[in-house]
Amino acid sequence: MAEYILEMRNITKRFPGVTALDNVNLKVREGEIHALCGENGAGKSTLMKVLSGVYPHGTYEGEILFRGKVCEFRDIKQSEQLGIVIIHQELDLIPWLSIAENIFLGNERKRGFIVDWNETIIRTRELLELVGLNENPGTLVTHLGVGKQQLVEIAKALSKEVKLLILDEPTAALNEEDSENLLRLIKQFKERGIASIIISHKLNEIMKVADSITILRDGKTIETLDMEKDEVTEDRIIRGMVGRDLTQRFPDREPNIGDVIFEVKNWTVYHPQHPERKVIDNVSLTLRRGEIVGIAGLIGAGRTELAMSIFGRSYGRGITGQLFKDGNEIRIRSVSDAIRHGIAYVTEDRKQYGLILIDSVKRNLSLANLRSLSRRAVVNENEEVVVAETFRRRLGIKTPTVQQLTGNLSGGNQQKVVLGKWIFAGPEILILDEPTRGIDVGAKYEIYTIINQLAAEGKAVLFISSELPEILGMCDRIYVMCEGRITGEVPRSEATQEKLMRLMTTGSGVSSSREG
Amino acid sequence: MVKTLFRNNIRQYGMILALLAIIVFFELVTGGILLKPLNVTNLIQQNSYILILAIGMVIVIICGHIDLSVGSVAAFVGAVAAVMMVQYNVPFWLAIALCLLIGALVGAWQGFWVAYVRIPSFIVTLAGMLLFRGLTMIVLNGQSIAPFPREFQYMSTGFFRDVFGGSGLHLLSVVIGLVLTALVVVMDIRSRRTQQKYGFDVLPMPWFVLKLIFIAAVINLFVYLLAQYKGIPFILVLLFALVAVYTFVMNRTVFGRHVYAIGGNEKAAGLSGVRTKRVTFWVFVNMGVLAALSGLVYAARLNAGTPKAGVNFELDAIAASFIGGASMSGGIGTVIGAIVGGLFMGVMNNGMSLLGIGVDWQQGIKGIVLLLAVAFDIYNKNKSS
Repeated sequence: MAEYILEMRNITKRFPGVTALDNVNLKVREGEIHALCGENGAGKSTLMKVLSGVYPHGTYEGEILFRGKVCEFRDIKQSEQLGIVIIHQELDLIPWLSIAENIFLGNERKRGFIVDWNETIIRTRELLELVGLNENPGTLVTHLGVGKQQLVEIAKALSKEVKLLILDEPTAALNEEDSENLLRLIKQFKERGIASIIISHKLNEIMKVADSITILRDGKTIETLDMEKDEVTEDRIIRGMVGRDLTQRFPDREPNIGDVIFEVKNWTVYHPQHPERKVIDNVSLTLRRGEIVGIAGLIGAGRTELAMSIFGRSYGRGITGQLFKDGNEIRIRSVSDAIRHGIAYVTEDRKQYGLILIDSVKRNLSLANLRSLSRRAVVNENEEVVVAETFRRRLGIKTPTVQQLTGNLSGGNQQKVVLGKWIFAGPEILILDEPTRGIDVGAKYEIYTIINQLAAEGKAVLFISSELPEILGMCDRIYVMCEGRITGEVPRSEATQEKLMRLMTTGSGVSSSREG
Repeated sequence: MVKTLFRNNIRQYGMILALLAIIVFFELVTGGILLKPLNVTNLIQQNSYILILAIGMVIVIICGHIDLSVGSVAAFVGAVAAVMMVQYNVPFWLAIALCLLIGALVGAWQGFWVAYVRIPSFIVTLAGMLLFRGLTMIVLNGQSIAPFPREFQYMSTGFFRDVFGGSGLHLLSVVIGLVLTALVVVMDIRSRRTQQKYGFDVLPMPWFVLKLIFIAAVINLFVYLLAQYKGIPFILVLLFALVAVYTFVMNRTVFGRHVYAIGGNEKAAGLSGVRTKRVTFWVFVNMGVLAALSGLVYAARLNAGTPKAGVNFELDAIAASFIGGASMSGGIGTVIGAIVGGLFMGVMNNGMSLLGIGVDWQQGIKGIVLLLAVAFDIYNKNKSS
């Protein structure tokens, strides 16, 4: 058996106007976990698309060797036949089909033309057991959480006799617990001789599971590190990725905290479809001017639901509780009410809820505050361009022009556009929901800097994040949520990962306020 | 710089070039009949009601919806107009106002179900298509009602009287053409000045002058052509006003921006403070009014309210929008595009009729052209991304 299961040699891929990959080399040994690191736009996804045949042979230069044999894939089907399976960041499951149907989609267990459901179910059970998912094969995928859907994807990959598993940002949408599970699973596969390539921004995870790491920057291979032979630290990886020393993960800040500006009192929200289910249970919190307040919690703790229900009742029903701004009670019935009262909400999922991807940077930036650009409902488009240019410079949005469609920007730049949109709306209270999800280290730092600036201007920031280091690094005060309730309030000086984690997982039974 | 400007607008130019190409093609194969003053006038009058529908339809499509009921609504309104004016002798202006109001109510009815109850527009308007066709037949008792008063017919078939009394050439039209040219030139120069004041890139002077000359030539040639027959038809002025107003609304007003935003991503628009339900509702109300107007124009042209009016109009309007570059999934499209798309189909109809091609073949060829036009558009989009 060859030493390497996969060798990609001198891969060059050009798009009109840009060279996405420039002589990239990637060697993956048999049975290892190989991490692929790089900033957004470094070419990781492009490289994987070349490998899996999304970009067919002939559209790139260089060669691909799988177990020593040259491969010229014309489509994904061919690479899958050899056992190269890619699991994309955006899951490719069909929500209204069952787990079993999804797993064997395109690969149906059948006799002649007829699907053999018994065989399908039995095989699905085996696969689900293998990935440690305790669900009925007939359950519709739409009823599963993201973490479980991820496991279904993996089961699907296993059904194809996978030899090389490629995971693109597998844990980006998962909470700590699910991420742990997933990583453990990948390690188990390794013992069964399945090699994996993981693309991830979470360096601590990479440090935990990877055997070797290849770093890409600007479409070039920077280096390949061997975890055993080389001395690998997170800093070294970061240096390779950004091409400079990033001495600090979080920018310095001198908090200048003023009076209470915003208060939420006894906020309770019920589920929109299941009116008997309490999603937010008697939550109270306060924000001060110039303060960055974190909300920590596992996925499903109700953080997004809390934020959206406050932001113009965009989520839930049967909402009760009071909101105060500068000590006066305010009533917010719609998003436009919320904006009028100086509240902005930067959504968690920028593609689905934050941006209009088929529209330009300019139009996205101005959307939440078109009125300030218009006289008698007529928009001054010249002024709009000026505003857009100002934000492009101020936030460092990398785009050729402000006419560029936001769908063509990288994740970090898209996030800057969403932030810019809300800064332009001129809020006093900003709710940021996972503002750095899925974006690279360099862009994260820039976003942190912007957030600090906003706080320095006297705005109150509510910072929701699943990454504890980020919460610890950025926030003056931290609320911890678990199952719809606030289970703790911790000042920065007393906060540690362990303490927050404990509060995040204290679960039900601690408080007796749960009724019906 | 000129190149990038051109590239950015290639889709718009592409559509207009395609329209010009097909005009030249039919002009040649019909031996010059297509652009005879009489035929051009006919072409405008024949297609006016579809173009009016296309304006409303493209806005509905940009908003991410569809309206299948417009043909039936047009027929219904035409029928009501006939009953009012012919059977009850309602003055024509009052009848027109009432009919437009009925259109608005019809639009509000459908907009309510689509926007507030959130029933897919395809279903709501499919129901509307049946409902209003049925109501048309009920109102008319299954028969045609005619004739309309002269003033009402004027809306669709009238011309401006030549106050200058030109013989052989309709002088008033020529004057209108010149005034219009002056207006366009002044507005373009002013907008160029403002843009320069902001320090934006503008077309270099020679290109700018060339562009103005081109526009002036097109306007005046066209008007000159019409002036050789009876002058500018009234309906052309109405159409021109509608296109100008709706282009302005869609490009420059907050409402228009919100429509594009909803079609592009309804959730994101909602979370940015756009009142998605209200905007969607008004888009349908607007469609209702334009469908009513279209119905009136058609009835006036036919000089009768008939149960068969408006059949398949919705399909023509939808086809015009898509040929004009609108996207099925919403958020993309222009009023000008829909008009160009509608004219494209109109010229094809007219050209093929002049060549004596039967209606059967015309249908088939139109189908293929629709498919190819959209396929070409999608191919271009994929290539550029």
